[in-house]
Amino acid sequence: MRLFKIKGGIHPDGRKELAENEKIEQMPLPTLMRIPLKQHTGAPANPIVAKGDMVKKGQVMALSRGAVSATIHAPTSGRIIAIGRFVAPHASGLPEPTITLRPDGEDEWDTLPPPLDPFETDPDTLANRIAEAGVVGLGGAAFPAAVKLNLRNRTELHTLIINAAECEPYITCDDRLMRERAEEIIDGVAIICHTIGVKKALIGVEKNKPEAIKALKKQVAKQDRYDIKVIEVPTRYPTGFAKHLVQILTGLEVPARALTAEVGVIVHNVATTFAIQQAVRFGRPLISRIVTVSGEMITRKGNFEVPIGTPISHIIEHCGGFIDEPEKLLLGGSMMGDPVSSTRAPIIKGSNGILALGRKETSQKPIMPCIRCTSCVAACPCGLMPYEMAARIKADELESAVDIGLRDCIACGSCSFVCPANIPLVQYFNYAKGSLTAKQRAAHKQEETKRLVQFHDERMEKIKKEKQAAMARMKAERAAKKRLKEHEEAAKAKTATPEEASSAPKSEKVRAEA
Amino acid sequence: MLAAIGALLALGLLIGGGLGLAAYYLRVEGNPIAGEIEDMLPGSNCGQCGFLGCADAANALADHKAEVTLCPPGGRDLATALADKLGVEADLSSMKDTGPMIAFVFEDLCIGCTKCSKRCPTDAIVGASKQIHGVVDDACTGCEKCADVCPTGAIAMRKESTTIQTWHWPKPELALAS
Repeated sequence: MRLFKIKGGIHPDGRKELAENEKIEQMPLPTLMRIPLKQHTGAPANPIVAKGDMVKKGQVMALSRGAVSATIHAPTSGRIIAIGRFVAPHASGLPEPTITLRPDGEDEWDTLPPPLDPFETDPDTLANRIAEAGVVGLGGAAFPAAVKLNLRNRTELHTLIINAAECEPYITCDDRLMRERAEEIIDGVAIICHTIGVKKALIGVEKNKPEAIKALKKQVAKQDRYDIKVIEVPTRYPTGFAKHLVQILTGLEVPARALTAEVGVIVHNVATTFAIQQAVRFGRPLISRIVTVSGEMITRKGNFEVPIGTPISHIIEHCGGFIDEPEKLLLGGSMMGDPVSSTRAPIIKGSNGILALGRKETSQKPIMPCIRCTSCVAACPCGLMPYEMAARIKADELESAVDIGLRDCIACGSCSFVCPANIPLVQYFNYAKGSLTAKQRAAHKQEETKRLVQFHDERMEKIKKEKQAAMARMKAERAAKKRLKEHEEAAKAKTATPEEASSAPKSEKVRAEA
Repeated sequence: MLAAIGALLALGLLIGGGLGLAAYYLRVEGNPIAGEIEDMLPGSNCGQCGFLGCADAANALADHKAEVTLCPPGGRDLATALADKLGVEADLSSMKDTGPMIAFVFEDLCIGCTKCSKRCPTDAIVGASKQIHGVVDDACTGCEKCADVCPTGAIAMRKESTTIQTWHWPKPELALAS
């Protein structure tokens, strides 16, 4: 099949040999598990369990809230000992609402929803099942899978693309998954095809995974329900970005800041496909994922099936600890991974690897001035001018950096990787994007403030008017009462005995005088 | 000679008259920049600047009768933005910027008198009579009106805490090797 070229890209040292031949191993349960309520793109889940509750493996602990959110399940059986804030697996190291679970060691499953025969079930039921299982994109962005599947109702789709490129150096979790569970993956591809109503599926795998390609091709040959193709794509970072993979495989360019669905393509990660298959065929929710542990400073490298919520420290301990203090400890790949702020933080649905990098692997060189060599322009997969954007950001001209495409930057880090002057280009872009978002948030708050003030003033005005009206009414009522009284007295006087009646005018006169 | 004088005179009268008419009919009420400045101000009409609300302050700023550093809730960011807008130098040295502040109610001191919630211009304080009050962080502008009226001193202004949603990477420190 003809492949299409994309601009830019780099060839970092893959370093996949460190872990690619290690079979997936089950990670033993830790003594405490921390399950954050927000492990996905969108709104945090709403907890439905309370402190002290006993939960079983796979039981729903927090429900999806709003249009874009995901349900969270218990990764094992045990007791909930706290629902509070705990350090999140995030570069900031800030706390986040988290459920703390103490496993009871039984690992006892809850009653799972019944298995579905996907090809006899309507797409809505399948999408619901996938949403109930809390499946999110396992490639890193953790976008709820069911939301993506439901895009079928909004746009005409023609192709499903399975992202199995795994272009990040060191990471081999998808590679191992394809080698060991190819049958389930191909079944999952067919399930997604059925759900979104497309006939054609392309699985894009980088050439550096020949065994995975072989395993997948073997399984593809066994089925003829859908037109599934396994396609070798060149080994180049960042091929695994959804939009870039779509362009390589189909030649369709996704517009800036648009979804791939706009060109009729849905992209799912290969590990997500596996999770979808498990949810549909066995009713199993997403409560564990494959994590690669690698880097020269970790004693034992490998790929582990880790229950969601396992602390990073537990995994490091299980792998024999560090050979030497690592220069950098990353969550994710070496190109886009975030520094681990605390090893007490847990593994969440979007974590694909833990890297303990040594001095040789990190190379901290002094920063030199930019000489406008444009290596970064050649490397940028989005066709931007990183050196110019960085210069503008350095001068605090954030808005003008947006004018030349800051918002289209995918933060892949290719520019920083090739820069001969070691300028932290992508760090500038991350700062600028965050700073601009903060400014937008402030502007939004100001607008909201004005609305609230107006609302408040209107309400106060209304209360004031109501008070005045009430006072006027009371005054009127008092006057009316007075008149009525006078009237009654007058009537009484008239109906009274003549003697009294004759004296009545007198009495009135007296009162008038008084 | 006469023709030239006549022509210039006629031209002068025509243009002068035209300008006079334009000045009369196309007159702009108020300072047009005042509206733009008002949009930049927080809009909570807290009165910490000493003017009657943000619109009044915007008028004073537009007429250069007030300092750009007048707005404590707006902070340094607003002062620089105002200086840019008005084309003046901002003297930020006198301004202590603590970043956005929000009110916080100490629950053991609050007696539920509702004084603060009545004063709050954005309805950011919730709570009823004899109930402990609470602050809706997202709606609070840090105008300090509530802290001023609290009879038990139960309201303090605190720095807005950073969350994962509001955190972002800092600007890279540059150690340029020259």
